[in-house]
Amino acid sequence: MAYVAPAEAEVEEVELYHAKSFLTKYVFSQDAKVIAIQYSSVAIAIGLVGLVLSSLMRLQLGFPESFSFIEPSDYYQFITMHGMIMVVYLLTALFLGGFGNYLIPLMVGARDMVFPYVNMMSFWIYLLAVMILIASFFVEGGPTGAGWTLYPPQAILEGTPGSGGGIILMLVSLVFFIIGFTMGGLNYVVTVLQGRARGMTLMRMPLTIWGIFTATVLALLAFPALFVGGLMLLLDKVLQTSFFMPTILSLGEQLEYGGGSPILFQHLFWFFGHPEVYIVALPAFGIVSDLISVHARRHIFGYRMMVWALVGIGGISFIVWAHHMYVSGMNPWFGFFFATTTLIIAIPTALKVYNWVLTLWKGNIRFTIPMLFALGFIVTFVNGGITGLFLGNVAIDVPLSDTMFVVAHFHMVMGVSPLLVIFGAIYHWFPLMSGRMLNDTLGKVHFWVTFLGAYLIFLPMHYLGFLGVPRRYFEMGETNFIPASAQDLNAFITIVTVIVGAAQVLFFYNLFTSMKSGEVAEKNPWKAASLEWQTAEQPPGHGNFGAELPVVYRWAYAYGVPGAKDDFVPQNMHPDEVGEPGAHEASEE
Amino acid sequence: MFVAVMLVLVTVGTVLFHLFSPWWFTPIASNWTLMDTTIDITFWVTGAVFVAVLLFTAYCAVKYKYDANRRSEYEPENKKLEIWLVTLTSLGVVVMLAPGLIAWNDFVTVPKNAAQVEVLAKQWSWAYRFPGADGVFGKTGVKLINDDNPFGVDPKDPKGQDDILVDDSEMHLPLGKPVNLNFRSTDVLHNFFVPQFRAKMDIIPGTVTNYWFTPTRTGTFDALCFELCGTGHYDMRGTVVIEKEDAFKAWLAEQPTFAKSMAKVGKAAEKGFAQLDSGLAEPDNKNSKRVN
Repeated sequence: MAYVAPAEAEVEEVELYHAKSFLTKYVFSQDAKVIAIQYSSVAIAIGLVGLVLSSLMRLQLGFPESFSFIEPSDYYQFITMHGMIMVVYLLTALFLGGFGNYLIPLMVGARDMVFPYVNMMSFWIYLLAVMILIASFFVEGGPTGAGWTLYPPQAILEGTPGSGGGIILMLVSLVFFIIGFTMGGLNYVVTVLQGRARGMTLMRMPLTIWGIFTATVLALLAFPALFVGGLMLLLDKVLQTSFFMPTILSLGEQLEYGGGSPILFQHLFWFFGHPEVYIVALPAFGIVSDLISVHARRHIFGYRMMVWALVGIGGISFIVWAHHMYVSGMNPWFGFFFATTTLIIAIPTALKVYNWVLTLWKGNIRFTIPMLFALGFIVTFVNGGITGLFLGNVAIDVPLSDTMFVVAHFHMVMGVSPLLVIFGAIYHWFPLMSGRMLNDTLGKVHFWVTFLGAYLIFLPMHYLGFLGVPRRYFEMGETNFIPASAQDLNAFITIVTVIVGAAQVLFFYNLFTSMKSGEVAEKNPWKAASLEWQTAEQPPGHGNFGAELPVVYRWAYAYGVPGAKDDFVPQNMHPDEVGEPGAHEASEE
Repeated sequence: MFVAVMLVLVTVGTVLFHLFSPWWFTPIASNWTLMDTTIDITFWVTGAVFVAVLLFTAYCAVKYKYDANRRSEYEPENKKLEIWLVTLTSLGVVVMLAPGLIAWNDFVTVPKNAAQVEVLAKQWSWAYRFPGADGVFGKTGVKLINDDNPFGVDPKDPKGQDDILVDDSEMHLPLGKPVNLNFRSTDVLHNFFVPQFRAKMDIIPGTVTNYWFTPTRTGTFDALCFELCGTGHYDMRGTVVIEKEDAFKAWLAEQPTFAKSMAKVGKAAEKGFAQLDSGLAEPDNKNSKRVN
């Protein structure tokens, strides 16, 4: 049969690092799969701290009279640490350090990351950053309560909780996080560009890899802005420089500062902060594309457009940052530019949604747990995406900014949505990682409670924002425009939050029991076409692919190929084995 | 089927909640109705997309349920369909963006006849300053602020002598007159927001920000700080009273001018001036001499 054989390998295989002891195999490991588990465990552990903090703040908001042990300063520390933990230490670390490490080598057909030693360092520096973050809970004055955006001047002045050791440790921790991330990030990029198997062209890569790859490039370009911003703020705090500090009073006292610009910090922060949204979103976009395709037994619809949309969103995400600053006091003429770019970014994003739905269309949909989470993601992402069109449109942002509408929006779009994808991804790849299946019934209960609960928390919260309920308020107090019913709604939201939080116990119970005694997974249980399921062993061993590296003949979405013997054709299946004549050519796309 | 039913329920439930929600915008009390209109337009456009996408997903969930004897249709690309979708989406974006940009243009273009008022923010209270008979504010400096001169008005600036100082959280404004609020902060970021007026802007130490609006109905409105400013943020409240012009003028006449308030301080202030001179040399917003 006629087919073009992939070119010979350009470089010879490099010998892997082989661990000799328990310590180098499981602790100071250089195997990306182990590092992935380490990254994920730490990220999820610190994420649980973030979850507890959110329950505490919700208790205060729902029942402001009942929890006298929560002081205003505590409340501000809860929201600050919750935000920072969830965005940076959980989501960024889990998607890139966790899923990135596990999936990149396996999905591109490599034995490991290109720089395994640096990869190991990346994790340990990340762990150090998390330790410093935790330490800030125990210094005098507690952790910083400046809001996760850490805006100066207040972040380093006395009127803010944790303005002593708290803010210093926060900034030091971020600096270490970025150093650690950069090591990992360079690795992911180089592995994707240089470590792919023969035949794995860029346009044959699964969208998961495209998502993680694009997000990593964004992170490498965006984090330096936070790095310098954080360092300068640290200097302002420790050495009394005035990068961000104008002539100023603090609680009536004249300070020595003068000549700095508070708004400069906001530009640096959001130059990082907006791409950060996509650093979390793009891996989720990629992973959910694969979940939908595999479980709907259909090729992804419009693959090329999906890739270009990912790259396009990534590019535009660098010129929309000031939409977080419409009412910051920056030159108001920026508003026209940033509103336009922000609404333009909605177009490729909408296209991705259409293509997910069109992948379901004419598919053969199995309602597995990963598919349920993917469908849940479509609901919350569409909902959270369209509220972004409100906030991105500068004139609408004026009444809505800094209200609960903003809180509801970003939780829906970059909290709930990526988390649903993470859950779906764990249910999807757990058999690969452990060789066992997760319990289906527990999974279904976990999904419905989490999805419906999260929707019930954040949908009505938008309407508090319309009313004018501010975010970051310890308590609403007396106003003449907020009706008593708003407090009832707050109480309702709190109750649902506690239920959803508690339901996660099911997930962890499922995870731990299935790891030991779950049903043994058959090889490639979802019948997926991508390379990570085509390894010699399941779970994949050291070096991933056994004696021979796979050779790739087609894209990762050869589902329902006419003439093929199965409803899927693995990427590495030899053209002669696909089925009837012509089936291979069709499967190449 | 269950999944499809749930998807439909979520969609219908969302729409019903929106239609019957008791929580909605406060009745507007300013000229910024175009902001509200833009929000309505955005609701129509995005609401249609939301309902269409979710109902289509529900339809697929019923129609294309797994059947071992069937295969999905293999059609990797459909350029025509994708071009249609992109075009329609772009059109929707234009429909939403255009009124938004028009409203923003109005918002950032302060009318020439707008009255000038200063809002001074500090942790955690509000104060207000009117320019007085000459219509011009006196110069100010953060270094000039002390207990006797909480606004930091330059005592040497003749334009500042007639400035009217309201060292209280309540401010009055006349009905139907455009007003430009100039914001100043002595310490950290703040934001002055009255939900019924819709307008909002951060207040930044070291610079002056502003927004303008025209009050369109009388009443007493709560003003809240809308930018996290430390432990007392949630308690930083002010009041804006919108009243007929006569009542407003009567209220304004009761407030002390800067000259009057300094005279009260009397001799004590004389002594202060000497030390204030040095402070004057360093206005708020210039580059620091020292690398520091």
